[in-house]
Order: sequence, then C-alpha cells, then structure tokens
Amino acid sequence: MKNNHSDSVRNFLINDILLNPQREKNVEFQKRLSFIGRERLEKPFIYVGYTSCSIPAGAKKTYEAILNYLEDHDLNIEVVKGGCNGYCKTEPVVDVQLPGKSRISFKNITHDKVSLFLDDILNNNVPAEMVLGQFKNEIHQKWEGVPYIDEIPYYSHQKRILMENCGITDPVSVAEYIARGGYQSFSDTIMKLTPAQVCDVVEDSMLLGRGGGAFNAGQKWKISLNTISDQKYFICNAVESDPGSYMNRVMMESDPHKLIESILIASYAIGASKAFIFTRSEFSMSIERLKEAIHQAKEYGIIGHNIFDSGVNIDVIVKEGARAFVCGEETALINSIEGKRAMPVSKPPYPAIRGHLNKPTSVNNAETLLSIPLIMKNGKDWFLSLGNKKSKGTKLFTLSGKVKNYGTIEVEMGIPFTDIVEKIGGGMSGKSEFKAIILGINSGSYVTQKTLDTKVDFDDLKKIGSALGSGACVVVDQNSCMLDLAKFFTTFFKNESCGKCIPCREGTARMQEIIDSATRKPEGGKSYQTLERFKGIMQLKGMADVMKDTSLCSLGKSAPNAILNTLANFKNEFDAHVFERKCPAGVCRDLRTYSIDVDLCTGCTACFKKCPVDAIIGAPRQPHFVVQDKCIACNACFEACKFNAVLVE
Amino acid sequence: MDKKLADIFNLFPNKQREDLIPLLQKIQEKEGFLSEDIILAVGRYLDISVNKIYGVATFYDNFRFGPHGKYHIRVCHGTACHVAGSQNLLIELEKQLGIKNGESDKSGMFSLEVVSCIGACGLAPLIDVNGEYYSHLNPQKVRDLLNYFRENHNSIYEE
Repeated sequence: MKNNHSDSVRNFLINDILLNPQREKNVEFQKRLSFIGRERLEKPFIYVGYTSCSIPAGAKKTYEAILNYLEDHDLNIEVVKGGCNGYCKTEPVVDVQLPGKSRISFKNITHDKVSLFLDDILNNNVPAEMVLGQFKNEIHQKWEGVPYIDEIPYYSHQKRILMENCGITDPVSVAEYIARGGYQSFSDTIMKLTPAQVCDVVEDSMLLGRGGGAFNAGQKWKISLNTISDQKYFICNAVESDPGSYMNRVMMESDPHKLIESILIASYAIGASKAFIFTRSEFSMSIERLKEAIHQAKEYGIIGHNIFDSGVNIDVIVKEGARAFVCGEETALINSIEGKRAMPVSKPPYPAIRGHLNKPTSVNNAETLLSIPLIMKNGKDWFLSLGNKKSKGTKLFTLSGKVKNYGTIEVEMGIPFTDIVEKIGGGMSGKSEFKAIILGINSGSYVTQKTLDTKVDFDDLKKIGSALGSGACVVVDQNSCMLDLAKFFTTFFKNESCGKCIPCREGTARMQEIIDSATRKPEGGKSYQTLERFKGIMQLKGMADVMKDTSLCSLGKSAPNAILNTLANFKNEFDAHVFERKCPAGVCRDLRTYSIDVDLCTGCTACFKKCPVDAIIGAPRQPHFVVQDKCIACNACFEACKFNAVLVE
Repeated sequence: MDKKLADIFNLFPNKQREDLIPLLQKIQEKEGFLSEDIILAVGRYLDISVNKIYGVATFYDNFRFGPHGKYHIRVCHGTACHVAGSQNLLIELEKQLGIKNGESDKSGMFSLEVVSCIGACGLAPLIDVNGEYYSHLNPQKVRDLLNYFRENHNSIYEE
C-alpha cells in the first residue's frame, strides 16, 4: 500500500510537475503539491530542528521525549527530523502545525519541557514564554497574539533566499523539495536551454565566486565548456575549513537537495558527466544527508544515465576530505581527490582547462552554486536587482562571538556591517563593547569601529583593505587582545601551510615566531631577545610583501593579511606589547606582572616553594617579594596563595 | 590478511590511486588507527609504494598511527572558541592530564587533540569527547567533567 502511494507520488511529481511546462496553471496539481509540501495538512505535524549543532543543545533528547509522549498518549502525529532555522540561540527548536492553523515555532524546548508544551499546544493553547513566532500563510487561520516569525528583528533584516527551506522542510525528502519548487529549474534547464545558454545567463547575472576569488562563475564555466575533451568534471568545494564558519554545513544538513540541484545545473552547463561534492569527513551528518538525498534523486531519475530522456548523463559523488585547510585551494583539492597530498600546483593551466585527471574541471564554492537554481528560475534580471553595484545576490554569514543573537544569517549584498551587529545580532551581549569583526581567517581582515558602516560588498571591503572572505563573522569585544588573535591566525597558518613553496612555509613560521616573541617574556635574561623582537617587528612588513608576491597559492598570499591588518588598525596594541610589554586586554598570560600585597601576605612560603625560577624572595612569616626580572609569569604563585595576596596586572 | 581488512578492500575493486584516501579512512574507522602492517597491506593491494602512502597519510590531520585513549578529547580551537577562551580550557586539560596536544596518557585513559573548528560556534567554547559535545565550558567545568569520567571509569573497572 505504502509503496503504491509513493510510486503514485513519484509519477505525479515527475510527469505532472517536473516535465510539465503548464504546471503552474493547473489548480488541481497545485493543491496536491501543497499537501506533499506540507503547506496543507490532514493531520498534525511536529518538526524538530535536528542538526549537528542542535544535538549538543539537546535536540536529540527532545526528539526522543516527543516520540515517548506521542506513544504514551497514543497520538498519530508525524514527527520529522528537520534542518536548522539558523538561529542558534533558540535551539532546540520545535515547530508544530495543526490542520488549518498557521505553523508555529517554539524555542528552547529542552526534553523536560516537552510534555508541558505538547499538552498546551495540542489543546490549542499557546505557551507564550516558549514561542518564537508563527509563519505567514494566507490559507491558514492565524494564531492570535503570536508574532510573525519574519517580523522578529533577527529575521526581518535578513533576506532569506538561499535559506528559504532551511528549518522548514524535511531535508531528506525529495518529494517535499519538488513540491516546494525544487528541481524545476533543473528540469526546465535541460529541456529548454543549451549549455552555452546556461553559461550566458549565469555570466550576465554577475554571480561572483563566494570562495574568496570573486571570479564570475559563468565565465569560469565557459572556459570549461569551450575546452574540447571527451570527459569533463565538476567539483563542488564544500570543504569549509575556515574556523568560525559553518554556513555550508548548515545548508548541506538542512537542504541537501538544493545543493544537488545546483550541481546538476552546473554540470550540465559545462558538459560534465561526473560531479564531486568535496566536503570534510567530520561533517558526518552532512555526508549522511547528502548521500541519502543523492539516493532519492537517483530513484526519481534526476541523477544518473539519460536524465528524463534528454540524453544528459550526470553522476554525483560525495568525497570526504581528510582534513587539511589547504584543500580549499582548487588545485590542492583536485590533488586530494586524486589520492595525493593536497598540494597546490602553479596556475596556469587553470583547472578549467586541465584539472582532475588532466581533464577540464570546474571547481566552484558551494555557496556560489546555491544561487544558480534561483537564477535559472527567476531570470538574470531578478538576480541583478538584488544587491548593489557590482556585488549581486545575497551572502551567507556565520555570526558568532560577543553578540546577543548568533547563528547562520543570510543578508542582501550592500547591507552595512552596523546592521549585522546591531539589528540582526541585537547589539553586544552583556557589558561587551564592540571592538572589531573578524571576517574569517582566510581573508585575515577586520571591520573596526571606524569602518563599521562599510557595506557587505566586494569593492567596498577592498577599499578598507579587507575581503569578503569565508563568511565567518566573529564579533570581538574589549576583552580580546588583537595581538593574541594575530598570533592565533599565524599559528594556524604555520600549522596548515602545506610546505611546498618556501615563502609560505618559512614565512608563516617566522611570522609566528615574531608575534610570539612580542607576547612572551624573555626567558632566562637573554638580552639579545629584545633586539630580536624589535628587529622582527621591523621586518614584518617586508616579509609580508615577499609572501604576498611569491607564494604559490592563496593560502600563502593571504597568510600575512592578519598581521598587516592588525598593524594598520590596532597599532596602539602592538606598541603596548612591544614597547611597554603590557597586554591592554589582559589576555596574553606571559605579559602579566605579578606582585605580592604586603598587608595580606602571611609569609607561609607556599609561593616561594612553588616558584620554578626562584623569582620570589622572603623569609618565613615575613611578607614575600617578586623579583620582576626573573618572573616568567607562570601563574604558579597566584594558584598557590591561599590569602589572595598575589596581585596580577 | 585478516578478514576484516579483506572486506574493506573489496569495497574498492578498481584499485585506483584515488581510492587511497577513502580506503585509509575506512580502515581507520574500523581499526581506530593505521598500523604498520595495515599500511603494508594497503601498499600491496593498491600497488603503491609504502613511502607514498605514508607521505599521504602523514600529510592529513585525519590519520593517526597509534591508538586513542579511552576518552578521546578534542578541543575546538576555532576563531569563535578562541575568543570565548578555549586556550584556557586547553591549559587546564594539559595541566590536569599531564599530556600535550596529540598525546595519550600512560594509562591509556585520556588522549588530547586540538582541532581547528568543529563548526558549532554558537556553543563556544566546547570540547568533544568520543563524539559527544560539551558546550559553554570553563576551566572549572572541565575539571568536573574529568573527575566525572575518572569516577565512572573506575566503577566500570571494578565491576
């Protein structure tokens, strides 16, 4: 019975929807679609946000508690493990939709609240303190006194186009995806347009690569398309190893079919019959959901041999990377897929001409690709109307750090960063004062108080010496030391440099040493260390220029950015570390100075015994004293003292 | 060659170079780490020199060549976690366990690893113990967590 039902749904979706150019005019079809897409319901439905970041917040327990509740009360209600709504603070999120009523979203439903909350909502009472908001829908009766979800400040300033299905649909249901308009762009594209026409549309829509290169995606495809070869490949770069960004992971977990549809259109546009999705092996849930989605699409005949009798063959394969930051570089990524060390090779020839197994290969970032189905569906003019000047469309960010609201956000290009912090982020949390936004490690750039009104735009960011970067958007406050962050960045690059070219391998290591020396106390009184420190700082800029000019790939080219930007924007903090040997934010442990309060010290000799460098002098039952020149700021005396007599500055 | 390994090899009938990394990942998933014997066997199967396999395996952070502790602790050190103070967690863990990044303690109970970003920045700072996330930590909570593991471990051991 169930198989018959799913077969009839499949035939309906393929023949009457995907392959039917008149689909929108048929009222009956649209009504059936709205049931498959869960816009209309026959029975109540519960949706639990269930992704790899909501599980630690308690979604798994919530999910189990809901199942138990339904079993205890013998209720026939469908429960779906869903995607992420992008609002991390509200997790675990549970949505409830009753037939004829608007869907309503609840926040922070931990497992202990489940039975209370379900008692209420299933009896048509809304537990006010748990409500996030309700969804707007004309065909349903709205809940009184419940705010609309898109009027909440966190959402109202966003422009959710790519994320339209996130946290709303079942991620691994191809039927639901098609019912909500999915795969229609793909079927229309392969039926009506030639590959060259697809490239033209994308090129004219000015879709620029979101990975960092900001290269026109359509132009890149054209190069691959126009290279004559018996086999071409398409690679979707979803490695996303930049710390602090996880938008692609959210997209893969919450709407894997959208990424697959984008890849199919792109593969068709360059004439590739094999496409890879290259992601990280740690993203186990993304991989699981992508594989399930590919399997479903194959059952529907959307992936595979002779798709919809059009003569087009496309196969999609998920590849798991083995953890190396440099895999984000396209040539390194191709080497990794071929089973070699992920080392970049010099360009040209570009992968678009000679890539995977020496065949033309187009490599695009997952986020870039996600816009493609919408461009094909709504036309290039629609896409050109979004954004400003040369930067079109929307941009995903992972907003985190010291803001009140954090999560994955999607904003229209051209929105100022002030709006991201103040309106979407809801301002700084607690007593924090805004200091800077870190825009990802790979760009190494900051937006500071002075440049906060800069717009999210490729050109505007270039003007202030930044780049759009990976989409990480970490807001830091006065308690963060910028030199400590620069050290964090350089250490990261030093560890992740693949070691192939000398400027990057040596440059990142030396830079790390120099920054480290500025945040550390000289050990054992070697006086030349001071000289080395000053010399190092003086040479930083020259070294950065060499690295930028001569490194093989963008990892080495962008590694010095963090240092240069810190020098340009936070010179006072640099000076405080180098000259005064003080950390204004109090983060750099090694630069703290220790002293002993004479009135509080009882002379118990606890600190005297613990000090590893004999920097504490004093007799028993007499106040002790710290010799500053010997102290290495190891914090041992502070921990040893029972009388709070050790003072740290 | 033992049966488990042969089963994994059968998943890769083409014996191509591009099978190397997925094959090593599969083996590590089953065995826990890559031993010398395994690498020799992989070399024979794929007809790739052992040097090259080591070259690839040591390049990526994913592969390890020794066993993990019973509790494998991964400390997230992404940008958001760093800002939230993951460095202090690491210092506390190193002090409590007496081991450094990438090491296991002598009893084989704990091992420590620093990873660049787990991708749950909203929960920063966090650590991952055997696949389970512990979020919004501070050094005190870390101490409590370790004590909890130690106590539970002992009771299992005594039974």
